[in-house]
Amino acid sequence: MTAFIIRRLMQSVLVVVVMSLIVFCGVHLVGDPVYLLINPQADQKDIEAAIRALGLDRPIWEQYLYFVGGALRGDLGNSFIFGEPALKVIVQRMPATLELAFAAIAMAIVLGIPLGLYAGLYPTSPVSRGIMATSILGFSLPTFWVGLMLIMVFAVMLGWLPSTGRGQTATFLGITTSLFTLDGLKHMLLPALNLALLKISLVIRLTRAGAREAIHQDYIKFARAKGLSNRRVIGVHLLKNILIPVVTVLGLEFGNLVAFSVVTETIFAWPGMGRLLIGSIQSLDRPVIVAYLIIIVLMFVVINLLVDILYSILDPRVRLGEQSA
Amino acid sequence: MTIADDIVAPETPEAGAIAVETPLRRFLSEFFENRLATLALVTLAIIVVLAVIAPWIVPQNPYDLAQVDVLDSRLPPGEKNAVTGYTYWLGTDGAGRDLLSAMLYGVRISLAVGVLSGLIAMAIGASVGLLAAYAGGRVEGFIMRVVDLQLSFPAILLALMLIAILGKGIDKIIIALVTVQWAYYARTVRANALVESRKEYVEAARCLGLSHARIMARHIMPNCLPPLIVVATVQTAHAIALEATLSFLGVGLPQTEPSLGLLISNGFEYMLSGKYWISFFPGIVLLVTIMTINLVGDQLRDTLNPRLKR
Repeated sequence: MTAFIIRRLMQSVLVVVVMSLIVFCGVHLVGDPVYLLINPQADQKDIEAAIRALGLDRPIWEQYLYFVGGALRGDLGNSFIFGEPALKVIVQRMPATLELAFAAIAMAIVLGIPLGLYAGLYPTSPVSRGIMATSILGFSLPTFWVGLMLIMVFAVMLGWLPSTGRGQTATFLGITTSLFTLDGLKHMLLPALNLALLKISLVIRLTRAGAREAIHQDYIKFARAKGLSNRRVIGVHLLKNILIPVVTVLGLEFGNLVAFSVVTETIFAWPGMGRLLIGSIQSLDRPVIVAYLIIIVLMFVVINLLVDILYSILDPRVRLGEQSA
Repeated sequence: MTIADDIVAPETPEAGAIAVETPLRRFLSEFFENRLATLALVTLAIIVVLAVIAPWIVPQNPYDLAQVDVLDSRLPPGEKNAVTGYTYWLGTDGAGRDLLSAMLYGVRISLAVGVLSGLIAMAIGASVGLLAAYAGGRVEGFIMRVVDLQLSFPAILLALMLIAILGKGIDKIIIALVTVQWAYYARTVRANALVESRKEYVEAARCLGLSHARIMARHIMPNCLPPLIVVATVQTAHAIALEATLSFLGVGLPQTEPSLGLLISNGFEYMLSGKYWISFFPGIVLLVTIMTINLVGDQLRDTLNPRLKR
């Protein structure tokens, strides 16, 4: 077990090193780093001073070590637009993105599991066919298009829900979020649904497949033979066994949600990290771009690592397979 | 089978005369058994044809400023131009361009970018996957590690990462789409090539003393084509959707080459004031294109999969 974790940890470190090299090379070699890293409005004297200060007159490997050293200290340069450390600018917007992602996950569970369970238990009913057809749509519709339609229907035509911004936030136990105010929840409903749609479809399919497989297993037959109520058989015995893959996949998909929030945040003018990235790409605010990429790569590596370790705990075949390979 | 024969019959009038079931004819009749897929294929064919001949059929060249009347901007569908009396069947966009014409050009660009990047990605991915399966050992280990690493990140994130580093432009978008997609092709081809390369005909080819390159390209590759075609249809749909998303976000194609995504994006600011059509119609076309490609891909997979053969 320990050997597996250590080997997996070393792989993760390798991935981070490779990705940091790619980001570094991208920023320092593809373009002229002077203009990438120094504010374009600076005059000649400032530029020369900055070249020396940033060490751009040194050899390339020394520059890479300098970059990594800065990154390890959390120093990724100052944003040109905000005039603040890039890392700080991103961290400020992180809660908005995370709350959206959590809301989407919650929606996927609350809507996806019951619908999937129904479709799995009554596979031939017209309702189930409707659920499955909708879930296929959920997979193939582009996220941004669904977002537009949600705005068009619920915000413009019906006027029920606001379509831009985060609304009123409240602070509770040191966490500031829109989840604690009615206005905030109203603002969150459409973007969260938009972000969740793909995951709802995914959960429906996983739950349905799980239910159809589990319903013929001996433990279900045994539970029925014991005379348990239908509700208990489905709600406890069946659901427990379906939930394992659903929860692991949702865990793995969390990073995906944060990445896709780039689209949702732009449509709904949600003040999160994703919208910041798009704005930074458009205004060529490179330190923020680099900081975002590094944070998101780290996030993915950590999520993948945690899921792999969880898997190996849940299913010993995973780590045994690694050893024999 | 009778329904399928009825559908196929008009396309192959000599079928009765020859009455030999070639693999192609069997494939076609099986494909057209599914009415939804047939409908999708026909719709897709119409879209592709319209996109190809767009410059000759559009009522108005939307990028010729002499033909565009700014006074006509944001007209709802069905309004007429005050001077020429020309009817804007789908309305006009924010710059006064005929939306129907702009959309036909938009489909053209969306399809071109999607298909081109799909083909390049397929060429690269298939070669690399084939090499991995054939070479084995360290080469395979290294290639598949890169593939795994890449597939563990969502496509949109990788694309954004590349655009952030490379900058904007049509060539950069294609590079980003190719980089995002090649790994899927590589994985598919490698898996199939691994199975194929253990078969006897490959051994026979080796015994004949054929070169490695020839065995890979002429013997293994053709047998990996069916799954590759399925992946290619699905990936092309993904590429079109991804390009539309990037263009919508404003980090995709430039304004001078407006794809469907960019048209939708341009109309977005007017949507909140109730002028729905500028975004809505390009959105529908984008949707229909993606859905039909996916439906055709699904049916291809069912038809080409020998395990589902009756």
